[in-house]
Amino acid sequence: MRRRRTSSTWQRFALGLPYAWLLAFFLVPFLIVLKISLSQTAVAQPPYTPVLDVLAGWPGLKAFFAALSFDNYRLLATDSLYLLSYVKSIEIAAFSTLILLLIGYPIAYAIARAPRRWQPALVLLVVLPFWTSLLIRIYAWMNILQREGPLNNVLTALNVVSEPPAWLASDTAIFIGVVYSYLPFMVLPLYATLEKLDESLMEAAADLGAPRWKIFWLVTLPLSSSGMLAGVLLCFIPIVGEFVIPDLLGGSQSPMIGQTIWMEFFSNRDWPVASAVAVVLVCLLVTPLIIYQHQAMRLIERD
Amino acid sequence: MRRLSGVNISALVLGMAFLYLPIAVLVIYSFNASRLVAVWGGWSTRWYAELLNDRPLIEAATVSLRLAVAAATVATILGTLAALALARFGRFRGRLPFAAMIYAPLVMPEVITGLSLLLLFVTIAVDRGFWTVAIAHTTTAMCFVTVIVQSRLSDLDISLEEAAADLGASPSRTFLAVTLPLIAPAIAAAWMLAFALSLDDLVIASFTTGPGTTTLPIRIYSEVRLGVKPEMNAVCTIMVAVVGVAVIIASGLAKLSAGRGEAAR
Amino acid sequence: MTKRFGLQAVVDQLSLDIYEGEFFALLGPSGCGKTTLLRLIAGFERPDLGHILLDGVDLAPVLPYRRPVNMMFQSYALFPHLSVEANIAFGLKQDRLSRREIATRVADMLAMLRLEGLGRRKPHELSGGQRQRVALARSLVKRPRVLLLDEPMAALDKKLRTDTQFELMALQRTLNLTFIIVTHDQSEAMTVADRIAVMDRGRLVQVAPPAEIYERPRSRWVADFIGDINLFQGRLGDDRLGVEGTPAGNLYAASKPDADSGTVVWLAVRPEKIRISREAPVPEVANCTSATVVDIGYLGGMSIYKLRIRDGSTVRAALANAGGAERPIGLDEQVWLSFPPQAATVLAY
Repeated sequence: MRRRRTSSTWQRFALGLPYAWLLAFFLVPFLIVLKISLSQTAVAQPPYTPVLDVLAGWPGLKAFFAALSFDNYRLLATDSLYLLSYVKSIEIAAFSTLILLLIGYPIAYAIARAPRRWQPALVLLVVLPFWTSLLIRIYAWMNILQREGPLNNVLTALNVVSEPPAWLASDTAIFIGVVYSYLPFMVLPLYATLEKLDESLMEAAADLGAPRWKIFWLVTLPLSSSGMLAGVLLCFIPIVGEFVIPDLLGGSQSPMIGQTIWMEFFSNRDWPVASAVAVVLVCLLVTPLIIYQHQAMRLIERD
Repeated sequence: MRRLSGVNISALVLGMAFLYLPIAVLVIYSFNASRLVAVWGGWSTRWYAELLNDRPLIEAATVSLRLAVAAATVATILGTLAALALARFGRFRGRLPFAAMIYAPLVMPEVITGLSLLLLFVTIAVDRGFWTVAIAHTTTAMCFVTVIVQSRLSDLDISLEEAAADLGASPSRTFLAVTLPLIAPAIAAAWMLAFALSLDDLVIASFTTGPGTTTLPIRIYSEVRLGVKPEMNAVCTIMVAVVGVAVIIASGLAKLSAGRGEAAR
Repeated sequence: MTKRFGLQAVVDQLSLDIYEGEFFALLGPSGCGKTTLLRLIAGFERPDLGHILLDGVDLAPVLPYRRPVNMMFQSYALFPHLSVEANIAFGLKQDRLSRREIATRVADMLAMLRLEGLGRRKPHELSGGQRQRVALARSLVKRPRVLLLDEPMAALDKKLRTDTQFELMALQRTLNLTFIIVTHDQSEAMTVADRIAVMDRGRLVQVAPPAEIYERPRSRWVADFIGDINLFQGRLGDDRLGVEGTPAGNLYAASKPDADSGTVVWLAVRPEKIRISREAPVPEVANCTSATVVDIGYLGGMSIYKLRIRDGSTVRAALANAGGAERPIGLDEQVWLSFPPQAATVLAY
């Protein structure tokens, strides 16, 4: 029933509408960012130059392209502020993704091994925080990590520390915030893969004499690799560009790249530089993005 | 009958505690009579009362709700169409780039999508405000809707639709009488997710909004970036309660319809 | 008709006539194209070449929801969100029949297929056999010109399967419809069908009534695919009735094959046609040889004997366990095998 030589009008409409929307509101904006990254700031509305004047005809077009330049990229390459920001973002993303994997795997595994009746409820419990605003959840951590906050109260009460430390405005706080917010993104794909695992494979390994840890290491872990990859990609890529978490929990000395873009845009009003930073960020993420798309394609082709 | 090992149980308990303690702390402190966190002043609802007087906050909440309903509805329609195309239209030309455009926004950092959409609106000289934010939210939400509905569609036995055709139903009748009822729970869940995403979004709204349109997250953010505020605790508790109740109701509904919708095999 | 998936011809220049009122079976190993052929008739696949003529009208360009053909799916494909009655009424609603007419017809179907009282239930509340009957009712209620059945009994257990086979045959005769059934189970095809089309790799190998396919297979492949067969290779004699030089000596059939004398042929004989005796049969009887019993499979109603003949090859014989005074043949016994020429067929390929 799915083979057809000509698509009906209904199908062309069903496909065309979302396609056109995405082209207009996802693809075209990217091209515009690219163009703006090649422009200069101007004290004007819009605050950049050159502006393409479609009515100016061919000479207008030539003038437009002549005014584009890579100056902004040169700035990025030379000013260490940006370099540090990129490096820091990738560092934090990589490290927190690792922590997420180490924390998320046991949770996903435990849910997958729980009695079937409980699993939907357990999954719901893991996902429920995700439905509340990220802002709220980070703000909750601001409450806890304050110098006079409950965490320090507990620590001083247990005599773990003598002097309540400052948790906020530090990289540690960022890690806590990131891991807390992205945990569902790691647990869900892991759980989806682990839940589909054929238990008889592990039983066969036990029957052949393998101890529990070996079964896990040689059978369960390799078979869950696609879930791990999905979780890693779903976390790493967006964490690199995070803004809210480092802004509310982190210090102002070394901003992450999301903060840098925000600052360039809203504080410095330098749209072209902000665009250039964004373009470089996308380029940095290209490799994991391609891996991610490849995995997503596999998922679709499966049908 | 599976039994959970001790290791697994402790993993679950620790995990859940980690996830819920901060929210619990937030809720508790929203009832703290004292303004200072270090001091517990007893139970009080004064911050909730003060909320009622906070006009800008209530206005922002109204804006956010209207925005969320609009964006969720349009996103659900577009996303369902896209899911149909991906799951049922075979290998049409342009399928790969289409799927790429659906999956990319799911992971793209929000500063990038926000920035790019703002630059689009500036380029076409559109006044930024309610509708630009609505368009932005619709664009990101629609991708989530597509993934959810498409997953449900591909789980649906295609012989059900073939049987409908075999019995004389044209493609549109098949869709309305067979496909739609069976994917309805997924569509509802997707609408709710789109609603929540729009309600919670800070970054994209900040980029694409205009003067006069302040969303709730933008308002909250401008308050909290200067430090913890007890009124904010109250707002957040309310939002958590609303979402919690909604999700529980939704999953209850989902369980009901799953009983009637699932496999007659 | 030809249908290709990629470069592979799944249905390969296949031509077939099916008569009105027939119970026709498509039989073959998995991958032979029988299900594809069924789906071509239903309209879910389009042929690359060829036509499907129903009453002289070519169905190939007609979309499935406009064909006067209905299908019963292997998975039953019952709409899970509709009741039994709504499922059965579905096709009638597409034809825009009056509500009274629909109700009457649905009630008739429920009665005919012993589904009374189950009308309000949902599919997941029914047993496997009940679901199958609902699927059947749903596809029959529209009184199609042809009913297609895609492995309808694959999900049933053996006892239910046999009962259902007879029910289907009775239904088909009562309603006088044309049924086309796809199955990989040869005993099922033999039981229900008026004629069987045996398919292999997209082509028809033999189309004939069950008895003819069993007793007069066209090729070694068909002979071996249906039931069990013993094959003795040799050369066709001058009179073209005898096969010379087989491991069991010179053997004779009663009908002449379509081949020249001297070519390599095989004499085929079914296990139940072979007689085992302790004493050598009278010399004038053709087709006999000595053998040793190497294995016995006891099946209750009959026993399958595996015997080794002179040159070491195996022959299988089946004997009914009819009771009787004689001591049954046992392992390692030296015996004589014989069969009449009328029981044998000579196969040239």
